[in-house]
Parts: sequence; C-alpha cells; structure tokens
Amino acid sequence: MGDGVLELRDVSVTFPSRRGDVRAVDGVSLEVRPGEVLALVGESGCGKTTLIRSVLGLEPLAGGTVVFEGTAVTQRQRTLRDLRRRVQMIFQDPTGALNPRHSIYDAVAEGIRIHGIDGDEPTLVAEALGRAGLRPAERYMPRYPHEVSGGQRQRVLIAGAIALGPKLLLADEPVASLDASIRGEILALLRDLVDTHGLSIIAVTHDLGLAWNIADRIAVMYLGRIVEIGEAEDVLANPQHPYTQALLSVVPEMQRVEQQILTGETPDPSRIPDGCRFHPRCPVVASGEAERLGILGRCTGVDVELLPRGEGHWSACHALP
Amino acid sequence: MSLLELRDLHITYRSERGDVPAVRGVNLAIDPGETVGLAGESGCGKSTIAGAVLRLLPKETIVEGQILLDGQDVYAMRPGELRAVRWTSAAIVFQGALHALNPVQRVGRQIAEAILLHSSHSKRAADQRVGTLLERVGLPASRARSYPHQLSGGQRQRVLIALALACEPQLLIADEPTTALDVMVQAQVLELLAELQRDRGLGLLFITHDLSVLTSTCERLAVMYAGRIVEDGPSHDVFGTPRHPYSAALARAFPTIGDPSSRMAPSGLAGDPPNPADLPSGCPFHPRCDRAIDECAQHDVELRSVEVGRSAACIHVPVEVGRHG
Repeated sequence: MGDGVLELRDVSVTFPSRRGDVRAVDGVSLEVRPGEVLALVGESGCGKTTLIRSVLGLEPLAGGTVVFEGTAVTQRQRTLRDLRRRVQMIFQDPTGALNPRHSIYDAVAEGIRIHGIDGDEPTLVAEALGRAGLRPAERYMPRYPHEVSGGQRQRVLIAGAIALGPKLLLADEPVASLDASIRGEILALLRDLVDTHGLSIIAVTHDLGLAWNIADRIAVMYLGRIVEIGEAEDVLANPQHPYTQALLSVVPEMQRVEQQILTGETPDPSRIPDGCRFHPRCPVVASGEAERLGILGRCTGVDVELLPRGEGHWSACHALP
Repeated sequence: MSLLELRDLHITYRSERGDVPAVRGVNLAIDPGETVGLAGESGCGKSTIAGAVLRLLPKETIVEGQILLDGQDVYAMRPGELRAVRWTSAAIVFQGALHALNPVQRVGRQIAEAILLHSSHSKRAADQRVGTLLERVGLPASRARSYPHQLSGGQRQRVLIALALACEPQLLIADEPTTALDVMVQAQVLELLAELQRDRGLGLLFITHDLSVLTSTCERLAVMYAGRIVEDGPSHDVFGTPRHPYSAALARAFPTIGDPSSRMAPSGLAGDPPNPADLPSGCPFHPRCDRAIDECAQHDVELRSVEVGRSAACIHVPVEVGRHG
C-alpha cells in the first residue's frame, strides 16, 4: 500500500433504521492503482454503489479513512471541493443525468465554470468532447441532449467529467442502460482514457463480461464486504470464493461449468448473519463439504477476513487450504 | 400445426407525425414444446410482436398479414373468442413485474381472478389452484396473502409467471422477463422457465436483447433489426457463427469470459439502432455495417437460406438457386 491513487482503509457506512443500524459497507480496505480499471462486482444491495459514493463524501463514514493521492479526505469544504474535481462520477442513465434544456456545450462547460478551471472555456470544452469521441466537437456543441443518441449522451457525460482533469473516475454501471450493440464503444472509450491519459477507474457493475472486457482487477462484494479481489484473469479463471464461483457459473455463456444457482436473494444488511456472512447461501456449507472438512463450526461462528490465495489474489473463505 | 405462426406480419403505429412501421414482414412459427428466442434492441419491433399476438396493441394500429394461434387468425376473432384465447392458448410474462401487478390487491386474489374468469372452477377450487401454482414457481403457497410490495423483484417475477400459467396456456411469451433482475435471480427464473418448458411441453417465445441468455434457453433464435428478422437458425449456430453482420456485432457485445480475443477488447457498433419512423435506405443496417458495399444503400435484402434451417438477410450471403429463405 502507499502509492495508490485512492486508498480505502477499513471503511464503513451505516444507515440508521427502525431495526437498528444497517451496515451497508462493513469494513472495506482497497487500493486503486494509477492507470488501472478496477471492477467492483456484486448484486444489488451488496453496498457497491454506497462504497463509491462514500469516496466522494456523499455518504458519511461510520468508520475508517479514505485517502486520495496520499491525503486523508476530511469533511472540510475545501478538501471536498478539490476532491470532487479530481474524482469524477459517471452515472448509469445519461438521459437522466443531463439537463434537457442545456446544450451539450453548457453541459460540459458547467463543471469548468464551477471549479474555475484555468484556460479558454470553448477550447477546454472542445478538447474534452474530442477526447470523448465526439468529433468534430463544434458540430455537437450547440445540440441538445435529445438531438443525439444514447451512446453520444453517455460520451457527453464522460466529456464533462474529463474536462476537469480528474485522476479517478467512478463509473456506476456505465453501460447498463445502453443498447447492447453500443456498449462496447463506450467501454473502449473508458479503457482508452486509462491507457492513454493515465486515469484510474472504478467500474461498478454486475456484469462479469464487462470486467473481462476492460478490468485489470476485480473486487467481488457481498453484504458490505469484499469477499474476493485479484487480477481479473485470476479471479475469472480461478475463482477462490464460493460466491464468486457461483456468480461465474450463472453467466449464460459459461455452459461448460455446472451451474450453482444460489437460492434466495442477497440478505438484508440490517441482519448480517453470524460467522461467515455468506454461510446461509454457501454451496460448500449446503453440500456438507464444510462439515467433511471440519470447518462448519467456523463457517457459522467465526467471521473471516480476506486471506492470501496467490500473487495479489485474496479470498475471504474458511474452506480454502 | 404450429402453436403460433406469423405470416408476413406488418405492424404500423399511427401517430400525429405520421405512420411508424414497427414490424415489416415477419415470418415465424413456433411448434408445441419448442423454444424460440427473438433478439434485438430498442425499437426493433420485438415487443410489438409480443403485444400483437394477444391483440394488446392500441386500437388504431394497422396490422397486416396473419397471426395464427392454434391455426386461428387472432385478428379475425370476435371479442368472445379472443377472451377465450388470451390466457388459455397463450399468455405473456412482462418485464416490469412491479407495474404489471395491482399494488392494492393480494397476489393470490389476482391469480384467482384470472382462473375464475377463464374457467369453471369454484372459488374454493381456484384458491387451491393458486397455492399449487405458487408452489410450482417456487414460492410457498402462503405467499398468496402478500401484496406485491412485500415481495422481492425475483418473487414478483415468479408471481407473474404463476399468473401466466393460471389457465394452462400452450404458449408462453416472455418479454424481457429477467432484464430488471440480478444475475443470480435471473438464473433462478431462467431455470424455472426451462423446467416448465420441459415438464409441461410449453411452447416458449422468449424476447430479449440479451443474446447470451437466449442462446442458453432457446433452441432457435431469430435476430431482429428495424422491424425484420435478419437472421434465423439454431441458437448456438447463430451465436457462435453468425452470418449477418448485425448478429455478429450483437454476439460480440456478450463476450465469452476466458476468450483471449475479447480480453481488454470491448467491441461495439457505431451509431444507434435506427428510428423506425426514419429508416435508412436499402438495407437499414448499412450505415452501421463494416461490410457494407455501395449496393447496400440501394437494395434491401430478403432472408436467404444459408444452409438447412438457417437463413440471413445480407448481400454477402450467396443466393442459392431455387431455395429462398
């Protein structure tokens, strides 16, 4: 640890509820390296969106520290303002994120004005549009969001983000609302920003195929925790955690592996199970394998941390050697 | 006889700004027990077809050609006949499970209502059948007393499937039934559909943009673009060795994990699916096609036979003498 763009140290986010505190993010430590795409994978309710919102100070931390470029982020206005320039968020639905009455020029220029970026505004806007693949930029500037396609709207949002010279993009399901045939183009653009401009990206997704397409590393989240993290090839070719194995087995193209369809849905984070939080749905427990291995007591009674499973590969499971 | 047969189906929506051709000459047949996937993106006409089969489209919509359910022309039916056919011959499972259910009525009541309307069951027998149906889709019979908001997304989707099965239809039309669901819940629902199809010999028309889901659930696949079928054939062939450049692009959008050619190489198409009200000339796919030649902008191409049981509508597919589409 140390030279990462972003470092999360034991970060927790809780929401109050009538039934007690809901631990949406429950002790996550994570480092994002310069020039990498980290895919944050998990099902709805696992805390992945809350986690990236907490990076921007949009969710108050219940515990832990967010360190951006070596400096701990505090709730002080000046630090937050600087952070919100250097860390940009891209949302799932570009149509909802753009003001229909603002031209594309204004959509991109807005951030430049708010943050008082030095330089000639029209030049900065044109450069950003060009880098986002909207060329010639002059043709797009006067148009309104409804006059361009869904894929182009997502490019406008990306242009607005990169106009501010960020180091880190937080992309929340960046292509989930787009038609299948145009997703690849947007993913290629994101990858290109990393490869040629040295940005880092956290891509929140439920789609392991997307991770295979663009991610250097993958972190798998379950009930507020990272349960597996490693190089994308290692995690996808040699998944160590039973939850990752199950997720991978239900990808429709993966017909050579036997499907492990977990029953039920992600449990409620206000009632996190004792022991390993995955044990009530775990195939290793359900099949009796945990009992044969003599670890059932630990699965149901002892919480488990991320344990090393190879070069840069970690998994939070009692069942592994 | 086919369960469902579409013969040269044309569907045109009327709007103040003119007519919009949503479906432009579709031929498709589903036999009893067969599973057919209809793939395509927004505006390609796939959901319009689903709506047309049970005559659920706006009244002023122009429907030409024929839709035959069990050999009977749906658009020639009188209201009474139509009511008998809906639910009992064919039923639809829609995408938005929250919106398709009445929020202020217990789900059991909603299923019972369909049974009572379309059969001679007594009220008690209908209630019993509700319990059986819920168990059939993997929910406890006691869930009949729940309101929709008390159920999770996956459970609501199961309720909709139970509702569709209420009158034992021969054909189930599933329009994006898993799109709003998480991957694990999607797998549960797909497994349920496969089971029903296997055990009950149900015909299944499965509609979605997700080619990978269709390939794993359906024997046959038809890919639609701009209101037409542009490729048709056994699922694994269409997904594995697509012959139309559009199917090829759609297949590449669902990369195979572990395949080195797609690692760090996302692949997509420039441009958007076309607006049905303003289709490009010639082959409507030509502006986005990497194999387009000058002729493509002038002439549209009909489905041509590629090999037995496979066809594609592309100028690069050689015309076989004496055997078209």
